[in-house]
Amino acid sequence: MEFLFYMGDVFTPINFGLLLLGTIGGLILGATPGLSPTMAVALLIPFTFQLEPQQGLILLGAAYTSTVAGGAVSAILLKIPGAPANIATTLDGHTMATKGEGAKALQLSFIASAIGGLFGVFLLIFLTPVLAQWALAFGPSHLFWLAILGVTVIGTLDSSSVVKGLLSGCIGLWLATIGFDDIMGAQRFIFHPAVSGGINVIPALIGLFAIPQVITMFTKGRSSDDAEIISVKKHPIRLAFVEVFKRKTALAIGTITGSIIGLIPGVGGQIAGLVAYDQSKKFSKESEKFGTGHSEGVIAAESANNAMVGPSLVPLLTLSIPGSPTAAVLLGGLLIHGIFPGPDLFLNYPQVAWTFIDSMLIGQLLMCIFGLYIAGLAASVARVPHAVMAAIVLGLAVFGSYSVQNSMGDVYVMATLGLAMYFLERFGFSAAPLVLGLILGPIAEANFIQGSMIANATVGTGTYFFTGWLNWLLILIVVASICYSVWMEIMARRYTTKDDAVAKEEALS
Amino acid sequence: MKKWIAGAALALATMTGTAYADGHGDYPERPIMMMVSYGAGGATDFQARIVTMTAGNEDALGMPIAIVNRPGAGGRVGWNWFATEAEADGYTLGAYNIPHFVAQSIEGGVSYSSDSFEPIANWGADPAVFVVGADSDFNSMADVVDYAKANPGGLTFSGAGLFVGHHIAALQLEKAAGVKLAYIPNNAGGAGAMRAVIAGEVLGGVNNLSDAFRAQAAGNVKILGVFDLERNAEFLPDVPTMMEQGFEIDNASVNFRGVMVPKGTPQPIIDKLAATVPAMFENGRVQSRMAAGGSPMQIMTRDEVLAMWAARQETLEELLAGL
Repeated sequence: MEFLFYMGDVFTPINFGLLLLGTIGGLILGATPGLSPTMAVALLIPFTFQLEPQQGLILLGAAYTSTVAGGAVSAILLKIPGAPANIATTLDGHTMATKGEGAKALQLSFIASAIGGLFGVFLLIFLTPVLAQWALAFGPSHLFWLAILGVTVIGTLDSSSVVKGLLSGCIGLWLATIGFDDIMGAQRFIFHPAVSGGINVIPALIGLFAIPQVITMFTKGRSSDDAEIISVKKHPIRLAFVEVFKRKTALAIGTITGSIIGLIPGVGGQIAGLVAYDQSKKFSKESEKFGTGHSEGVIAAESANNAMVGPSLVPLLTLSIPGSPTAAVLLGGLLIHGIFPGPDLFLNYPQVAWTFIDSMLIGQLLMCIFGLYIAGLAASVARVPHAVMAAIVLGLAVFGSYSVQNSMGDVYVMATLGLAMYFLERFGFSAAPLVLGLILGPIAEANFIQGSMIANATVGTGTYFFTGWLNWLLILIVVASICYSVWMEIMARRYTTKDDAVAKEEALS
Repeated sequence: MKKWIAGAALALATMTGTAYADGHGDYPERPIMMMVSYGAGGATDFQARIVTMTAGNEDALGMPIAIVNRPGAGGRVGWNWFATEAEADGYTLGAYNIPHFVAQSIEGGVSYSSDSFEPIANWGADPAVFVVGADSDFNSMADVVDYAKANPGGLTFSGAGLFVGHHIAALQLEKAAGVKLAYIPNNAGGAGAMRAVIAGEVLGGVNNLSDAFRAQAAGNVKILGVFDLERNAEFLPDVPTMMEQGFEIDNASVNFRGVMVPKGTPQPIIDKLAATVPAMFENGRVQSRMAAGGSPMQIMTRDEVLAMWAARQETLEELLAGL
């Protein structure tokens, strides 16, 4: 209960002011496409040079929390996920926004984020020693199987058919091989200097989601006047709370999956949202509604990506190993004040460590309050005329891609992928599986190579990848996931009439 | 257009009569950018931000230095850009990592070599160390080598990747001890390599002194040896060097970090930077922040760095020839 003791420190005028600043700033930065949580925190580091350690960390912690949630704003309103964590939010969130339910989607996402986030931080407070062991349990073989598990999700994720889902996943896996490979440094498919560093996930994400969107808006343009009149429904906050708590399954799956996966170093943050989305789709009674603007989709995805925030700091705070890029930046923020994270952190610097964690708790609540406030205003974005909207989104897309590493190359990549995606979408392929392939490819590959190098030097490849309960557990989940997808596909075919198929085809074109 | 502006500026300067003979007397007149070829939050980025934080002071450059990250492919993306596209006007600096970029240029496939850059000054030197898990049976490098002799190719140890300092250290160890080892490059850099050691996925690892020092303070690892010419008096006075333990290993793997400019930058600007930048690193605030972060400093002037680069080029060419 030590964390309650230091709770008061959060409310001193300067600390609370910084917390507010970090939260509001974080929401704005998070809502800007291309500014991922890692970038946002890195941008703030120089400001912490001038602050006390405690104050600096409050600012960084608040910014981290709210940028993750802020990414949902652009994901829902513009269909541009601010970071990989928000991909799953676009699937249902944006559909809701186009139906005029943007306010509702945003409210749901902020409430779910806060609940997931609080749960994650409480895990960090109470279970850190246990979780630290869990974070170490994942070696190369386990990460490889985990990535394979992610690949099996590809087929069932937001696509008109499993085959098309898998195909676009394969395109993503291929794109991931471009550039110098992670381990050997071999050059692959470098046909233009812009891709010599590989395809960066964030410009790809922006291009794949935003550009088809922009082109569609331009093509619709003047032809249909009614397209511009979307009535934005008001949605009382009270109802949003009721809705979130009614969707207990989605909330629970999102929160728990997010916390567990968020803990795994190097993998967690990027795929937590997608895995949670997929799982809650499989467990939901209304799984066919997913992808059509269903509230469960938003709740699962957003509770997962904020639940990951707390646990993702466990390896850093206990073992002094940053488990994610954002944690690495936070490590810098600690080191600059001469604070070494590790098991002694809570003994040597209780005031800094606990105030930091407390500020993340309070930050979650503040983020929720401000989020709910802007939800009402932001939802009117849907009313902006298409031509104007397309121009704004295009501008943001270029800015966001460029700002990742100040490189025009990334803008070209964004534009090329986006243009290609526009045509792929005409054929019923969707962007989410493609991005998932792009994210998972390097994880699977690097861990397979590392694992087999260790295996060759020791026990042999077969034994290394197929012994131990964790390996088998993951393999079993992989098999179960594949069987489920195949089963669903067969069932769907059996009950699909010719009329349904034709209607589906027409809806796509 | 650019020439026109430069011409006009020169003409204007001549007219006002305050111009210096070379036209660079007022350098720097605007903020300077420094390219770091690793991501935000990494050790190089972190240190680069600290050592440049006083650049705006009157006794330093009088203009702030902004850090721009161009990460990718172990630094190759950033250095490729720096060698081929960066403007050699003195307003674009870059951070170098030795032996990384030299080793990469020897390996090939990149558009830079030590001749593409002009060093300004060195700020830090992070030696590689050999670490094992806290509960490992190994207590000295002799134990490690004995195990490797009994199990040729079976001693797994992690490092931050291929053609970086850790890899060089691994090759040196293999050569000096005359054994075959299984070096496992990690895709998540030094942090990932350290995690592999702590989790027991590998028997040992090569890692940065600064990171290993923190991991040892946290009780996670034992440090068995330093890949440097001398012990590190500040952080690890009790850990012997490899040489002390009977292995002929010099400081070729030490990760030197410093500032450089692209080839073709006007000589007066190089001279001005070479004169002011080392003094900027000496600043008390910089020193205390670096010490607090556990980052060993080693300030070297341009001439010293030039000599060091040349020496590395020779050692690494020899070491990597067999690969």
